[in-house]
Amino acid sequence: MQISMKVNGDDVSRDIEPRVLLVHFIREVLGLTGTHWGCDTTNCGTCVVLMDGQPVKSCTVLAVMADGHDIRTVEGLAVGGTLDPVQQGFMEEHGLQCGFCTPGMMLTARALLDRNPHPDDAEIREAISGQICRCTGYATIVRSVQWAAAHPLATDAAADDGAAAESTAEEVTA
Amino acid sequence: MTTVQEHAPNPAAGDPGRPIGYGRIQRKEDPRFVRGKGNYLDDIVLPGMLHGAVLRAPVAHARLVSIDTTEALAHPRVLAVITGKDLQALNLAWAPTLSADVQAVLVTDKVRFQGQEVAFVVAEDRYAARDALELIDVEYDVLPPVIDARRALDPDAPVIRDDIEGRTDNRIFDWEMGDAAETEAVFAAADVVVSQEVVYPRVHPAPMETCGAVADFDPVDGRLTLYETTQAPHAHRTLYAMVAGIPEHKIRVVSPDIGGGFGNKVGIYPGYVLAVVGSIVTGRPVKWVEDRSENLMSTSFARDYIMQGEIAATKEGKILAVRTSVLADHGAFNATAQPTKNPAGFFSIFTGSYDLKAAYCKVRGVYTNKAPGGVAYACSFRVTEAVYLVERMVDILARKLEMDPAELRLKNFIRPEQFPYANKTGWVYDSGNYEPAMRLSMQMAGYDELRREQLEKRERGELMGIGVAFFTETVGAGPRKHFDIVGLGMADGAELRVHPTGKAVVRISVQSQGQGHETTFAQIVAEELGIPPESIDVVHGDTDQTPFGLGTYGSRSTPVSGGAVALVARKVREKAKFIAAAMLEARPEDLEWEKGRWFVKGDPGAGKTIAEIALGAHGTMALPEGIDGNLDAEVTYDPPNLTFPFGAYICVVDVDAGTGAVKVRRFIAVDDCGTRINPMIIEGQVHGGLTDGVGMALMQIIAFDEDGNCLSGSFMDYLIPTAMEVPDWETGYTVTPSPHHPIGAKGIGESATVGSPPAIVNAIVDALAPYGVTHMDMPCTPARVWEAMQGRHGPPV
Repeated sequence: MQISMKVNGDDVSRDIEPRVLLVHFIREVLGLTGTHWGCDTTNCGTCVVLMDGQPVKSCTVLAVMADGHDIRTVEGLAVGGTLDPVQQGFMEEHGLQCGFCTPGMMLTARALLDRNPHPDDAEIREAISGQICRCTGYATIVRSVQWAAAHPLATDAAADDGAAAESTAEEVTA
Repeated sequence: MTTVQEHAPNPAAGDPGRPIGYGRIQRKEDPRFVRGKGNYLDDIVLPGMLHGAVLRAPVAHARLVSIDTTEALAHPRVLAVITGKDLQALNLAWAPTLSADVQAVLVTDKVRFQGQEVAFVVAEDRYAARDALELIDVEYDVLPPVIDARRALDPDAPVIRDDIEGRTDNRIFDWEMGDAAETEAVFAAADVVVSQEVVYPRVHPAPMETCGAVADFDPVDGRLTLYETTQAPHAHRTLYAMVAGIPEHKIRVVSPDIGGGFGNKVGIYPGYVLAVVGSIVTGRPVKWVEDRSENLMSTSFARDYIMQGEIAATKEGKILAVRTSVLADHGAFNATAQPTKNPAGFFSIFTGSYDLKAAYCKVRGVYTNKAPGGVAYACSFRVTEAVYLVERMVDILARKLEMDPAELRLKNFIRPEQFPYANKTGWVYDSGNYEPAMRLSMQMAGYDELRREQLEKRERGELMGIGVAFFTETVGAGPRKHFDIVGLGMADGAELRVHPTGKAVVRISVQSQGQGHETTFAQIVAEELGIPPESIDVVHGDTDQTPFGLGTYGSRSTPVSGGAVALVARKVREKAKFIAAAMLEARPEDLEWEKGRWFVKGDPGAGKTIAEIALGAHGTMALPEGIDGNLDAEVTYDPPNLTFPFGAYICVVDVDAGTGAVKVRRFIAVDDCGTRINPMIIEGQVHGGLTDGVGMALMQIIAFDEDGNCLSGSFMDYLIPTAMEVPDWETGYTVTPSPHHPIGAKGIGESATVGSPPAIVNAIVDALAPYGVTHMDMPCTPARVWEAMQGRHGPPV
């Protein structure tokens, strides 16, 4: 069936089988392979993307359920070549090793910081508790998110100056 | 308590603790990973690529009666359905394992474990391939399975491996190390002897990315390109040549970015072979990617050692001897990944960090109706089991002697002046300074204060435990004459080219799965040549592009490949000296090296940088005799010994007396891996390994019911710690370089996985002391802790 959605700001429209999982739609139909797939029971969270700003496990959403929604994947985190502070934080604080859980972790962190710009460590740990990492032992992930919290988005800084009318408008229409 | 001691004082004299090659630098891998631009196996898409899926056995032990593939083949999107009979025709139904056994690629005669590969479907997409699995009709004649390893050699136990001619029971091997008579004499004369059965249950490395392959066979020139999740691409290439009969120069194995390996991706799985067969049969590329339950149920498990431990000591607490008898459950096929001459890996390092008078072990391996494996999950070839055994036994002895477990260890350490130290089972430890590491760990923990807090809590009926573990690792296999994998000596190659403009490419034979090789190997070259790390590319994982070597596992990359890279850089530096001499019109012996530059002794202004020398080497100048132009070199490094890193770990747990739930409140890890290349990466390796320890100690087990059903085939039951179950790690270090290693560096990657489980279990047993508990086996789940508190501790399976 025909579905349409916004992915990383672009309108996409495809004809797909109703049973196709959103994770496969993103990876195989759209070719956005930063979103990963690590289990078959909705535990690992390597497939987390943002749907209307909320983290969802895309292995547990049918692509047709995303019809008409706004999806953001890891490929949409950097804006205009500038890394999101979350991405920078993961590099600064060694929040990744093999990199497989990283996209999902970063998107959850972005969603957390959007609703709670100054989380404490316990809030960060709770936010990422639906996601498994096998390499880092989580402590450096917590520090990465704290780094990002201490280095807000360039657009937020601009908004504080009252000069971000355009991006605010975009958010509203999304 | 969230303080992380990142730069603990180095108690050794001088400054061997200086990290090399720019030390704590950001990783070269990260920019692509944080953008979602890594290239993992399942990201690979080739023109015309098809998808494979494996039909798996629903039972543990059964005679195969018939397979009907008619309906599956009739599926409009299915191109091929391959069965064991098809493979028999190609002589590929069975493949050799890394332990001189064979493993069925597809079942031809009998199913031997639940989840075993029965048929392979090749279809146009992954959904159709799965659909077609449902259309295959298989008839089984179910047989009684062997599940409990303790019953595997019962006279009435069914013979699992009736495929092996003359096989009448389920015994795989008996192996022993040490001197039985000498050990018996020491035990007979000892004041105190304690014994305990210690079970290290079956667990699974469960990397976030499962195993997979994309096979692309070109029928015109007979060339196979095989993308695989493999930790050992060169060894795989050679094995495929041996098994499939495709000449080695026509096989290219590519290991792309790997989403964690942890020993799971060392061996060759049936799925890889099936992808190759699928590509040969269809003439198109075939991708096979397993799902999580397939990964947990059919790929390499870890541990599964039932160990009877004994320790002998004087009443003053001098440890005299350790003795153990092990029953090893290897599953249905002996596919253990380890050096050929070591059927129980390096388990004989169970003498630990202590100066013993005698030691002896015997290990018996048996077949059961379970998936193959054994060596995986950062075990360093069974060192996890060895360290767990000895560190549990020392703790049990401490309790018996009513001594503090840290004090007992301090009293028995091998002393620094005894290194290189030959233990009683044939290992020669390279270096160690154990007491300062133990003292640092105790100081970071506030050990005495913790013991006081524990006393107060006990008076209030609260359960707090403090666990100590001190381990000596054994990593970096190894010297060719002693260590090989299926006949391939465990040396590693390195090639280094410095381009005309002074940038460099180093090609290595090992394969990162997240350990940061692209960064740290550049740092080694940077240290040796003075070229900054950002100007050095590290190439790995493509057998067409890299020198031969054995791959990454057993924490062997730094000890072996790291040695190769340091030596190849020195070879380039030496070649550069001769070219610089010609450029400076000086004699080579008159030149002196400072980082990045050769200059004339006594005339520091007269010198040439590596970049200038590189340009000269590629230019038109007359080169000295014997110098053939260009600035490059290659080496194969055969290490003289393994490296023996060590660590002192202290764990603090709180146990809920009402529920048996264990909370790891603090964990202090002091590691010594000799010279530290990148402290940031080492700390990350340690954090990951400590989390493995929490997983194994508290929640992980691959369990089976009596019919052989795997009860842990998904993340619903096989639990991995999340951010909620682990504390903020506290790490420290000392530096005791390896005297035989080119840069003094030892391996580290598996140390924390090896060292943390005994620290955690020791802490839990310590917490449960008021209940009279002296031992309990992992996993220490709330239910099992509760049982132990009621005096009903039992082995986990």
